[in-house]
Amino acid sequence: MTDQSTFRDALLDPSKPVPEGLLGAAHAPAGKRYSVYRNNVTHSLISALQTAFPLTRKVLGGQNFDTLAPIYVRAHPPTSPLMMYYGAEFPAFLETLPEVSKLGYLPDCARLDAAMRASYHAANTRPFDLEGFQQLPPEQMMAQGLHIAPSVRILRSVWPLFDIWRFNMVQGSAKPVMQAQDVMICRPEFDPEPVLLPLGAAQWLDHLVQGKSLGEAFEATLEETPEFDLAASLTIAFSHGVFHGTDGGQHV
Amino acid sequence: MLDSAGRFDRLPASPGVGYKPQHFTDLQRDPGPVEWIEVHAENYMGDGGRPLAQLLALSERFALSVHGVGLSIGGETPLDRDHLTRLKKLCDWAQPASFSEHLAWSTHGAEFLNDLLPLPYTETTLSRVASHIGQVQETLGRQMLLENPSSYLVFAESTLSETDFLAELVHRTGCGLLLDVNNVFISATNLGLSAQDYIDAYPLAHVGEIHVGGHDEDTDDAGALLLIDSHGKPVIDPVWALLDYCLAKTGPKPVLAEWDNDVPDWPTLRAETVRAAKALAA
Amino acid sequence: MSNTLKSLAVAGAVAAAMVAHTAPANAASKEKCYGVSLAGANDCAAGPGTTCAGTSVTDYQGNAWKLVDAGTCASMELPEMADGKARTGSLEALDRDLPA
Repeated sequence: MTDQSTFRDALLDPSKPVPEGLLGAAHAPAGKRYSVYRNNVTHSLISALQTAFPLTRKVLGGQNFDTLAPIYVRAHPPTSPLMMYYGAEFPAFLETLPEVSKLGYLPDCARLDAAMRASYHAANTRPFDLEGFQQLPPEQMMAQGLHIAPSVRILRSVWPLFDIWRFNMVQGSAKPVMQAQDVMICRPEFDPEPVLLPLGAAQWLDHLVQGKSLGEAFEATLEETPEFDLAASLTIAFSHGVFHGTDGGQHV
Repeated sequence: MLDSAGRFDRLPASPGVGYKPQHFTDLQRDPGPVEWIEVHAENYMGDGGRPLAQLLALSERFALSVHGVGLSIGGETPLDRDHLTRLKKLCDWAQPASFSEHLAWSTHGAEFLNDLLPLPYTETTLSRVASHIGQVQETLGRQMLLENPSSYLVFAESTLSETDFLAELVHRTGCGLLLDVNNVFISATNLGLSAQDYIDAYPLAHVGEIHVGGHDEDTDDAGALLLIDSHGKPVIDPVWALLDYCLAKTGPKPVLAEWDNDVPDWPTLRAETVRAAKALAA
Repeated sequence: MSNTLKSLAVAGAVAAAMVAHTAPANAASKEKCYGVSLAGANDCAAGPGTTCAGTSVTDYQGNAWKLVDAGTCASMELPEMADGKARTGSLEALDRDLPA
C-alpha cells in the first residue's frame, strides 16, 4: 500500500526514492512519472512565492530569489488552501539565511510584499463620515474612537523601506538614503498603495487601533514624539481612506 | 449586495470559460459565445476587495461555476472543516449555478500541496471518498460534480477501474460528474489505454459539465510519450474529436475552455470557446 | 496642555486636515477600478492563486546555492546594518487582525 504520508514525503524531498507501489504503463515502476507530481508541487509553490514577493524578488534578483525559493517551499509548504496568503514565514526565514544577511532590509521588503497582499484581500468598508465628524463639538471630537479600515497595514522599519519600494517599483525614483521609515499600506478602493508616514503617525495609528480616543491617542503620541503633527497625519488618513464608518461596517 | 448574485440556477449547455482577472473588461465587451464562467473557489475566499467585486459584477451577466481545488476530497484524513465552512460561505454568497471538485487529494496533515494528487481505487478509498462527498453535499445543501483526474501513474493496489469507481460514487452519493475530456485523453495516452473505451464505460448520464484544455508533451523513463496536464496551450484536435464523441452520446452540455498557465490574450481564449460552440452545434 | 487647549488643538488639526486632504476614490470611479486598468500592472498585489494544472517545467533539485550579483540590491548602496537607534519598535505594530 502506498499511503499519502509516503507519497507526500518524497514530493518535497528530491533525495527520497520514488514510493513503492506506483506503476506506469505496462506495469513498469513509475519512476519519472512520479516526478511529475514532485515537479508540479515544487514548481507551483515556487511560482506562488515569485508572485507573492515582487519587491523582494526585484531587490534580490530573479536568479537569487529562484534558487532560494525551493529551500523555503520545502521547509514551509502552505498550511492552507488559500494561496493568496502563502509565505507568512518568508520574512522570518530570510532573517535566518546567512547568504542574505548583508541585505539587512530584505526581510522588511518581504513584509511589505505580504502586507500589500493582505490589504488587497481585506474586507471592504463603508466610507468614513468626514462631514459629520467635523460638525462634532471639540469635546466630543476628542472622545471619538476612530476605526481603522481592515485593509490598512503599518510597517515600522529601521530601513528606508518606502524609498526602497519606490526606487524599485516607480520608474525614475531616487536611490534610497539610509534612514528609518514608517510605511502605511492603504487601499482607498481596490489597489493597495504604500504611503510614507511622518514621524509619530505610526504610533498614533497604533494607539487608535488599541481603542484610544482621538484625544488620548494624540496625547500619548505627543509624549513619545513631541514633534508629532496631528494635522499632517489626519490629512494623510483622510486622503487615503484610513478610517471607516462606525455604523456596523460593510462586508462582502 | 447579496441579492444580485447568482441569478442563474443551472449552467447553460453552451461554452463557458475559466475566468482570469486580466480578461475582466474584454470578456464583458466581447464575450463571443461565452454564457458562463468558472472560478477557483479558493481564490475568492478573501474578505473583500477586487476579486469579490469582479465576481459580483460578472455574476449579473454570466452563470457561475465555482470549482474547488483545495478540498482534498480524496484525502486519507477528514475534510478540513474550516475550509468547508469557507466554501459554504462563498456558495451562499455567490449562489453559483454549479459547484465542482476533483477526485484527488492536496492536503496532508496541516499541509496544502497545491497540486491534484492521485489516489488508489479500492473499496477503502471508495467508502472514504463517498463519505467526504456526502459531507460536502450535506454542508452545502446542494449536489456537487466530481471531476476525473489526469493520471501519470497507477497504484498497484487499485482493484477498481476509474470509471467503475466514479459510477459507484454517483450511485452512493447522488453526486454528478464533471467530465474532463482532456484529462481522459492524457490518462489514456499515459497509461496505454483507449480514450473512447473510457468514455464508453463512463456514466455519461450523470455528466453536468465538460472541460477541455491544452496539455504538454514529455517522455517517461522508457521514452514513451507522457502528456502533462498543463492548461497552457490550445486544445489539440484529437481532444476536440473526443469532445465530439462525447457530445454525440450526451447531447449538448456546458463545455468549459480551461487555460491556466501562460494565459493568452482574450481573442486567443475566445477562439477556444468559438470552437467549443461549433462542437455543441454539430 | 489643558483639556481645553488640547481639544482646540485637535479641532484645529481636524479643520486643517479637512482643507488639506484630497478625497479617496469614490463610487463614481468604481467601474474603472473593477477592471485591471494598467494591463495587469496594478493587480500584482492579488498574489498567487491555486492551480488545477500541472507543469512540464522542471524545477530545482538541489538545496545548495550561492548569491550572484543580480537585482537592485547591488545598486542601492545601503549599509549592511542599520544602526537601529533611529526608530525602533515592532515592525508589525498594526499588522494583525484589526477590528473591522
